Amino acid sequence: MSRLEATFTRLRARGERALVAYLMAGDPSLAETRPLVVEAERRGADVIELGVPFSDPLADGPVIQRAGTRALAAGTSLARVLEMVSTLRAQVHVPLVVMTYYNPVLAFGLKSFARTAADAGADGVIVPDLPWEECEPLRAETEPAGLDMIQFVAPTSTPTRVKTIARLSRGFIYVVSLTGVTGARRELPKDLDAQIRTLRLVTTKPVCVGFGVSTPEQVAAVGQIADGVAVGSAIVRTIEEHTGTAALVDRVGDFIAALKQPLRVSSSAGFARAIEGGGTEERAARRATTVGRGAKPPSEED
Amino acid sequence: MRLPDARGHFGRFGGRFVPETLMAPLIELEKAYLAARRDRTFQARFASLLADYAGRPTPLYFAARLTEHCGGARIWLKREDLCHTGAHKINNVLGQALLAARMKKPRLIAETGAGQHGVATATAAALLGLECEVYMGTEDIERQALNVFRMRLLGAKVIPVESGSRTLKDAVNEALRDWVTNVRTTYYLLGSALGPHPYPMMVRDFHTVIGKEARAQARRAIGRLPDVVVACVGGGSNAIGLFHPFIADRRVGIVGVEPGGSGIASGKHGASMTAGAVGVLHGSMSYLLQSDDGQVAVAHSISAGLDYPGVGPEHAYYRDAGRFTFVSITDEEALEGFQALTRLEGIMPALESAHAVAHAMRLAKTLPKRKTIVVGLSGRGDKDVHVVAKALGMEIA
Repeated sequence: MSRLEATFTRLRARGERALVAYLMAGDPSLAETRPLVVEAERRGADVIELGVPFSDPLADGPVIQRAGTRALAAGTSLARVLEMVSTLRAQVHVPLVVMTYYNPVLAFGLKSFARTAADAGADGVIVPDLPWEECEPLRAETEPAGLDMIQFVAPTSTPTRVKTIARLSRGFIYVVSLTGVTGARRELPKDLDAQIRTLRLVTTKPVCVGFGVSTPEQVAAVGQIADGVAVGSAIVRTIEEHTGTAALVDRVGDFIAALKQPLRVSSSAGFARAIEGGGTEERAARRATTVGRGAKPPSEED
Repeated sequence: MRLPDARGHFGRFGGRFVPETLMAPLIELEKAYLAARRDRTFQARFASLLADYAGRPTPLYFAARLTEHCGGARIWLKREDLCHTGAHKINNVLGQALLAARMKKPRLIAETGAGQHGVATATAAALLGLECEVYMGTEDIERQALNVFRMRLLGAKVIPVESGSRTLKDAVNEALRDWVTNVRTTYYLLGSALGPHPYPMMVRDFHTVIGKEARAQARRAIGRLPDVVVACVGGGSNAIGLFHPFIADRRVGIVGVEPGGSGIASGKHGASMTAGAVGVLHGSMSYLLQSDDGQVAVAHSISAGLDYPGVGPEHAYYRDAGRFTFVSITDEEALEGFQALTRLEGIMPALESAHAVAHAMRLAKTLPKRKTIVVGLSGRGDKDVHVVAKALGMEIA
């Protein structure tokens, strides 16, 4: 059983949901990413996605684009991210997933990438611009290397596609909650519930929801229906806001703890409220109490 | 062998490397296009717009004074610069805009570099009563102010792109991000023979009218096929349109001209075939200017329309197959081509097309007088006069 599978099995047995935390590796520098990863695990992240910066991140919104630009300026490359994973592995026990566009992997070499990543102790890989039709060459390398290749399901995926993707995805299935790029949204899409129900009909694999999920309330809502919740831009934005301050690691840790909190306990009212949008004041009040001093909730689309 | 194959591959090139959200829409687009391609009513409407609206067929013109000046092979120009809106771009745009209307998508989005594709798209949107937004890098907005204004006059909204190198590549990224977000109501009218399948196939098909006409016109005017066809290649849409009908004519040499910028050795150029490596950008696999660790490089060219680090996948395929040859022309040489054609023939070419002219001149000098070269004169140069003036150290009041 892969470390990702083991993680979801363990959490399911406890009735707990996973927080999948995304960090852009190398933002602001690889040296600063290391303590952030350690802190993310300590404060409750169950899976950590390490973004590899790319010059043309067409699935990403402005927050992650900016982080990628900073990471590239700091000299980050896929090779250096994998080096970091190998040195982090001794300290970090949660699954580490490398999220990278396809071209850096192609330049690295598919076989060499799969081997190096697996040897470094990475558990999975997510390639947002590699749909199942094109994934075979990489899958042929990652599978024997023991690296889980995680695939996306989108709101536009047809039932036939959903079936194929559910069959091919390893570790978990990543549900894109909305049509759009990464980044915070004020409200979750109304049909998310139905989208996940449809997916559950064809798979028992763990299902994680990402894109547009940014606040503890939204995390709580999604936690009602998914095995895991992926938060990226909101964390990256917190890093952006506190870069250069002594409080960086603490602030990011506080925010991750706030995101994880609703996933530890089971509460039932959250989903309906967040889906409906809720009253603005009520939401603001809840936000203030839940998020605490962790971080300012991001505004819509940056 | 028919290319691309069912999944949009030209050998190892092409394909659909896009986020899952776009896969079903791309498959839907492919189906809609294939149905339109078989539909006589659609084809008749397209043909009539090309004739009565775009002004086709465009002439194949013998450039007598340019030929005399070079003293070698005879140079003929395929006059796409005479198309409505001033460039070949209108062929593809009319085809795709008709398809968008057929698919009942009320909103068009497009990317543009030089502005020619943006102007053509805004034109088609006005013609068919569709909403239109055009993404354009701020660097290009500055270089191509005239076209920006034309788009606005036509009722399109020009959205400045500040990310990355602020040129065509980044405009494509933004257009794709828009499409991923608004895919249900929006038609992405991609302007070159690149991007995910079915775009390279579809854009090629809509432009092959260039090569089909040129082939028939050459037969009539010269009595045989040309010895060489030459066109500039950024993404490669006018080139694939001119080249494709000649692929089976083994005796016809096919030469694509890439932007050499300040020279290949300088590193400041856009010659992805000459100096790139295989990679994936904007949804397809092709040759790409990139760093060793797979970051896409910034292209450089005096011509905004060629300022792109990739190239259409079909060009990559025929290059590897040995059927197409690629050369490069520097900014300086392109400017010489621009001036030569302007002074000798009274035809002011777009700076993109001036690359093809410059290579044809170079080539003509090495060939005997009985040989003929057909040059794809893809666009007219009015939009470039500011850039040319600046490069020549002249001032426009």
